[in-house]
Amino acid sequence: MTQARPHRPLRALLAELWQDKPAALGLAVILAIVAMAILAPLVAPYDPADQSILSRLTPPVWNDRGSWEHILGTDNLGRDVFSRLIWGARTTLTIGGLTCLIAAGIGTVVGLWAGFMGGRTDSVLMRLVDIQVSFPGILLILLVVGVLGPGMWTLIIVLSVTNWMVYARLVRSVVSSTRQTPYVEAAEVIGCRPSRVIFVHILPNLVSPLLTLLILEFTNIVLAEAAVSFLGFGVQPPDTSWGLDVASGRDYLFIAWWLVTFPGLAIVATVLSINLFANWLRVTTDPEEREKRHARTVAARRRRRGTA
Amino acid sequence: MNDPLLEIDDLRVDFDTRAGLVQAVRGVSLTLGRGETLGLVGESGSGKSVTAQAVMGLIDVPGRIAGGAVRWNGMPLVGEGVRRRPRRIWGREITMIFQNPMTSLNPLMTVGAQLGEVIHLYLGLRGAAARTRAAELLDAVGISGASRRLDQYPHEFSGGMRQRVMIAMAIASEPRLLIADEPTTALDVTIQAQILELLAGLQEKLGLSIILITHDLGIVAGLCHRVAVMYAGQIVETGTVDDIFARPGHPYTQGLIRSTPRLDAVEDRLVSIDGTPPGLRTPPEGCAFRPRCPAAQAACHAPQRLASHGAGHVACCRAGVDAWDVGAA
Repeated sequence: MTQARPHRPLRALLAELWQDKPAALGLAVILAIVAMAILAPLVAPYDPADQSILSRLTPPVWNDRGSWEHILGTDNLGRDVFSRLIWGARTTLTIGGLTCLIAAGIGTVVGLWAGFMGGRTDSVLMRLVDIQVSFPGILLILLVVGVLGPGMWTLIIVLSVTNWMVYARLVRSVVSSTRQTPYVEAAEVIGCRPSRVIFVHILPNLVSPLLTLLILEFTNIVLAEAAVSFLGFGVQPPDTSWGLDVASGRDYLFIAWWLVTFPGLAIVATVLSINLFANWLRVTTDPEEREKRHARTVAARRRRRGTA
Repeated sequence: MNDPLLEIDDLRVDFDTRAGLVQAVRGVSLTLGRGETLGLVGESGSGKSVTAQAVMGLIDVPGRIAGGAVRWNGMPLVGEGVRRRPRRIWGREITMIFQNPMTSLNPLMTVGAQLGEVIHLYLGLRGAAARTRAAELLDAVGISGASRRLDQYPHEFSGGMRQRVMIAMAIASEPRLLIADEPTTALDVTIQAQILELLAGLQEKLGLSIILITHDLGIVAGLCHRVAVMYAGQIVETGTVDDIFARPGHPYTQGLIRSTPRLDAVEDRLVSIDGTPPGLRTPPEGCAFRPRCPAAQAACHAPQRLASHGAGHVACCRAGVDAWDVGAA
């Protein structure tokens, strides 16, 4: 078993993932949701914007008044909740994913630059971060949307611009402490160029904290998008998103619980799956943690065999 | 001798690594009496530190105790049959000092506060009483101006001073056994001598037993009563210091002593033992030292047991043979 490992790296990696059942499940759910978003026109039974006043607020199928026509019921305008869920995945995943990546990209570059250069560069960049943090985000969002007009891409840009600072601070603090470590000093002493020091010796140390932060921020972005959309500045009908559906279903919370429940569950399932998978990924990128996980798996297997 | 204080019985420690099972300690048995100093010597990776960590209950994943037992005053401490972790013994009756005094102290707390924590925990003293005791301890380990030093932070101490603070913390609970894991490796030679002198003095005063882990035979000769030589996770020779230095039985011990530079012989080159220790993923059958041993014979392929020999106990079928053509000795 151990000898076969180097020959088929991908297969070995998948076998390792399979050892961690929750993580494997997480990856499966993520892939399913992404596939659902990409194949939305084929999967969705209805046009998410099709209204039908006659069948408005139909409950889900297992309810007494529900029917198989609308599995998860309909909303206040008679639109199919299931179809909206499928189409909403597109917007939500695009906005959440892209915003996180862009914000993390800006933040990481600024943080690396500030942390690595230190001195005046560091002060100037970090004061910029401070100013941006103290500036009320919603005001900036309204301003930009007012100028550019609402829409998905405006939303991505605006949310990226208001959310990169936390990455910059995190990255800077990790970089400025890693910079002091003997192995980074050694790399500089033997003549590594700054780019090599940054990308080979410092950046890998950021994988685990960045991954953790990205997931926390993804949830934030999904909720921020919902808030902005709710105000009418974000995703515009007939487009839809999970956040928008949660926000607009709020008024019907007591007479039609399914309007907020299903998009809400979709958000929970997505975030939870990403979490489970990312946790596995984080351990896998850390050689020491990876050895410990392996040892725990072996110990668990031995215990199971012992009791059986 | 009276009842042993510490007994290690056929201790085995395994590490489950992704590359396979590594057997770091393969059946180590030791006893330690009251007030005795035992030197545990061997090269890097021979299992000295892992043995000590097992005694302290510090083996954590990926490592695990695979077999054997450690008994303290006849009471099981590590191994099968130990239900609750006996915290009272670790830290109170058995304490440990580590190789690197630079990172063993919390940089955010004054030395006095860190010592005070131990004193409060084990002696129940607080406030002025704890402070007085802390100053006494610093005094005992040879730090002058103790009451002033208590309010300083670790970065205001040199390496040797920090190791003294670590020793002060280790003896604060009035332990009966002190495990010192290469306590002087990070220090320069003059400080090293002072620290060892300090340990010897404390032992006499407090009746401590000490397990001294080192790869420096000079330290062993100066401080220890008995020596256990480890190789590839096993003890290959034990005996009193005088016997082992005068008549080393195992070819590995002979090699170690031979490769220690001497003041009274002028040599151009340091002698070494050729080859490297075996990987412990697939431990060799029979004598682990066989591939590097100049006196190896066919019988060395058979499993070796610790057998009585003129100079203590040796695990080697060729015990007592002069394995190296030692011109100097």
